[in-house]
Amino acid sequence: MKNAISRLNKLFENRVRLGIMSVLIVNDTYDFNNFKETLGVTDGNLASHLKALEENSLIKVNKQFIGRKPNTSYSITETGATLFRDHIKALEDLIKSQ
Amino acid sequence: MEKRSDYSDDIKTIKKIMEESSRFLSLSGLSGIFAGFSAIIGGTIAHFCILKYHTLFVNDSLATLSAGDISRIKIQLTADALIVLLFSLVISFYFSYRKARSKGHKIWSLISRRFLLSFIIPLITGAFFIIILFLENQWFLIVPSMLIFYGLALISAGKFTYNEIFYLGLAEILIGFCAAIIKGPAVLFWILGFGILHIGYGIFMYRKYEG
Repeated sequence: MKNAISRLNKLFENRVRLGIMSVLIVNDTYDFNNFKETLGVTDGNLASHLKALEENSLIKVNKQFIGRKPNTSYSITETGATLFRDHIKALEDLIKSQ
Repeated sequence: MEKRSDYSDDIKTIKKIMEESSRFLSLSGLSGIFAGFSAIIGGTIAHFCILKYHTLFVNDSLATLSAGDISRIKIQLTADALIVLLFSLVISFYFSYRKARSKGHKIWSLISRRFLLSFIIPLITGAFFIIILFLENQWFLIVPSMLIFYGLALISAGKFTYNEIFYLGLAEILIGFCAAIIKGPAVLFWILGFGILHIGYGIFMYRKYEG
């Protein structure tokens, strides 16, 4: 039980980050506006959490142009996927053990 | 320290977001029911009014007809099938729109576009293939091709919507092969695949997810 708690990742305690990771674990790429729509958060809030995850190398940013519009999309890194799966596993273990 | 309810809330949130961000869940069972009834009506009209009991197995049946009769049958069958298709599409769109709105989802989203694309590619491939069969008078393969390509479209789109669609797709393919092997009652297989199966599936889905 103590062990499972220590396996919880602090980075995923925040609901917005949890949401971002949940989206990216099942979608190869996802762009900023789609995140806003799916998670129902403001630009600033979303941007700061995406930045935090990026800085920890859990997600990567792909910038490209669609026509003339710049489009920023995000995808999960291998590290990110592993850590997020571990986090889910730890949550499930905690629910089971209690 | 977080409590158990926080952990299960987290898990629930994760599951919900994973599902909503990767699956188009606005399909309604009602679409299946209405599409199924329109297919039964269309198939019945084809059998009794257009083909007048001739089967689609050209060698033993349509061969006795004049060229004029055959082209009349072709035009009427095409019109009949297109009306069924158009009605089914419109009704599916209407019920999806209604369900999306009642849940506060957008009907035109990244995921609905992925769903549509994966559905439409096998379907359009099938449509072109069937047009070729039609022009070449390969009658007996038309109904099996419709069922098989539709089944493939469902399986392809299954990744982006309810899992059950995958099994509906498998069943359509199976009926398609039966229609190819058991020559003659093609229209009956058409009614079974597009009519009865859709109604059964629609009722099942409606009771499971919307009842």
